[in-house]
Amino acid sequence: MMKPARAKRLMLILLMLAGVAIGVVFALKSLDQNIMFFFTPAEVVEGKAPTNKLFRLGGIVVDGSVNRPDEGLIVQFDITDNLHKVRVSYNGILPDLFREGQGIIAHGRLDNKGGFVAQQVLAKHDENYMPPEVSAAMQAQQGTQQ
Amino acid sequence: MIPEIGHFALILALCIALFQAVIPLAGASLGIQRWVAAAIPATLVQLLFLSLAYASLTWAFINNDFSVLYVARNSNSELPLIYQVSGVWGGHEGSLLLWALVLSLWSGAVALFSPNVPRVMRARVLGVLGLVSCGFLLFIIITSNPFERLIPAAAEGSDLNPLLQDIGMAIHPPMLYIGYVGFSVAFAFSIAALISGQVDSAWARWARPWTNIAWLFLTLGIALGSWWAYYELGWGGWWFWDPVENASFMPWLVGIALMHSLAITEKRGTFKAWTALLAIFAFSLSLLGTFLVRSGVLTSVHAFATDPARGIFILAFLAVVVGGSLVLYAWRAPLLRSAAQTRLLSRDGALLLNNIFLAVATTAILLGTLYPIAIDAMGGKISVGPPYFNLMFLVLTAPLGILIGIGMLIRWKGDDIKRLRGKMQLPAIAVLVVAFLISLALPQWIWSAYLGIVMALWIAVTAAIALFERFRNRKPMSALRSIPSGFYGMLLGHIGIAVFIIGITLTSLYNHEKDLRMAPGDSYSVAGYKFTFHGVQQFRVDNYVATRGEFSVSNESGDFQTSLYPEKRIYQVQKMPMTEAAIDAGFTRDLFIALGEPLGNKGAWAIRIYYKPFIRWIWLGAIIMALGGLFAAGDRRYKRHTTAVAVSAGMEKTG
Repeated sequence: MMKPARAKRLMLILLMLAGVAIGVVFALKSLDQNIMFFFTPAEVVEGKAPTNKLFRLGGIVVDGSVNRPDEGLIVQFDITDNLHKVRVSYNGILPDLFREGQGIIAHGRLDNKGGFVAQQVLAKHDENYMPPEVSAAMQAQQGTQQ
Repeated sequence: MIPEIGHFALILALCIALFQAVIPLAGASLGIQRWVAAAIPATLVQLLFLSLAYASLTWAFINNDFSVLYVARNSNSELPLIYQVSGVWGGHEGSLLLWALVLSLWSGAVALFSPNVPRVMRARVLGVLGLVSCGFLLFIIITSNPFERLIPAAAEGSDLNPLLQDIGMAIHPPMLYIGYVGFSVAFAFSIAALISGQVDSAWARWARPWTNIAWLFLTLGIALGSWWAYYELGWGGWWFWDPVENASFMPWLVGIALMHSLAITEKRGTFKAWTALLAIFAFSLSLLGTFLVRSGVLTSVHAFATDPARGIFILAFLAVVVGGSLVLYAWRAPLLRSAAQTRLLSRDGALLLNNIFLAVATTAILLGTLYPIAIDAMGGKISVGPPYFNLMFLVLTAPLGILIGIGMLIRWKGDDIKRLRGKMQLPAIAVLVVAFLISLALPQWIWSAYLGIVMALWIAVTAAIALFERFRNRKPMSALRSIPSGFYGMLLGHIGIAVFIIGITLTSLYNHEKDLRMAPGDSYSVAGYKFTFHGVQQFRVDNYVATRGEFSVSNESGDFQTSLYPEKRIYQVQKMPMTEAAIDAGFTRDLFIALGEPLGNKGAWAIRIYYKPFIRWIWLGAIIMALGGLFAAGDRRYKRHTTAVAVSAGMEKTG
């Protein structure tokens, strides 16, 4: 038989371990479901992006591509990484810093016609902001062209 | 000239900080009284020089001295005076200077207002604070000098970021920093105790008020930030699980754990090692927060690489502080034996569970915050969405709500399950029934709303019982006099949580959010309110041009209630657009309107209309919690002279 004091301490330690274990399991499970992957327009055109999952698409808004049909809040625009363009449609209010030539991130999924339907559009509060992934992709592209 | 004086004062402050760190610590270890005695004057002189440096930078802002690079980047001659003063902490260099100044203020406060801490202990605490100060001042002087000159001087400054030109944002950083940096005092107490091997009830009593005050400012700072995000960002959200927010939220959670663990250490003389460790963690997470926000690592690990000196310095500093304290801890912690055993069915046990849940919740947030950075470093690109944080947080904190209630009624040391059951059965049933009735009265039945209300009522009812027990069998007046203010602090802290829970639950479950297209004359109805749009007008104000929309709000029967004027501003210097939402605030609901963008050529606009029930309760809860911290810190037993009387653990009256 263990001494009561020792048994109690063991209980406490086991309880703690159980708590941590449950926490870790939940964390990993939920992390797995809530990770948002990032893709560039080139990767979307090449078919690397998932067709049935939400993801983030980042790029520069193409000059002159923003189009508002005169109804509701629907807006359509192209975004590019200077390799390929993807048409994005969004039904909602664009952020303050959204404008042509600006780097943005759209969160949403692909429709079955190769377009992207955004649920959310993000623009950073900085004029010169370019999604870091996009600038990395663009630099890599320039590197291969040289 | 003045900026050079500031720069010089900054360097002198560093020299004195070095002295403040080395001499008292060495004196305490070697037993040299005169060195120990140097701690207080050194601390105060360092404070003097840092204040001088800070005042010089403020002078440069107010006098539009655009020959100072930092001023040229963050100010403008048309900037209103208040934002010139707050602009001092509007950028990287100045906010670090504020950090250092706040640290020095805390050190000065310890030097002046801890007469009952033994001299040697106080010298060690001030020495450790001096060490931290050295690190930060070195960082500022080497990598982020706010007094750097711009030659030739700029004719005009490039203006403060318009997002920061707001009263909420002006006072948010100082509040947050007072909280963040305040944990350095608990940290210093912990390190000093580890060096001396003395962690006991008296030690916990010295550390408690400092921790409470730091935590109360952190609470206010976070609440201000959340409030600011709500009205200024134009999205109507109050918490985004943004890494910057997480960076302040983690020390806050560990701070709560620390306050409770200090309570056990003071009352029962147990959990000493754990308390010392929590104090180290609370401050380490504050430093980590500073690192995350200031190194640029949050935008990308590649941004970190663009200015490696800064990032690597903070990272190294973090490694030294965390690593050094943990090594010291591993070496000395075995000295900290507990005076008594802990039973699970006791207030000690309840507080232990509280600590476990809070620690796990913090770990989960840390994981979600650092995971994308780790993946980024390995070349992947991901981000972790709010659903992860929401789920983790709900799962881990819901049991805490129940625990709060039990914790207030259970006895220290050990309790009887029958006694507890007898005491809690009736209140528990009453809470379940009343919450059910309240939930029925809500617009629709939602299970999580019911759970939230149960939780809040449970906390409120148990707090009332705990208060009632204090008054029972005593004359009200004598009870009022004898109940320590720490007890009221505890009640307020918990009631703040209850109010906060009501706020989050009802806001997130019963809000209405609508983005729509409105032409002048159009109207939209939601939750018994009718919003009518009357078009927009343009105005020129100070340093921006505003497009102001006019809305009238009436109730269902058509009676006029109020007018709302949301704005779209363009700040002229940076050509930066800003959305200024119009909010009609109320105790039970907020009405929120923001202008999106003009649509077509018939005067139509994209409009965002929100109805947010009980959202004020979120910040009201935070204010009540902070008030609780104030009451707890003001407890008279912290002021009593206790150095001579060694209060042995467990002997003190419970409660």
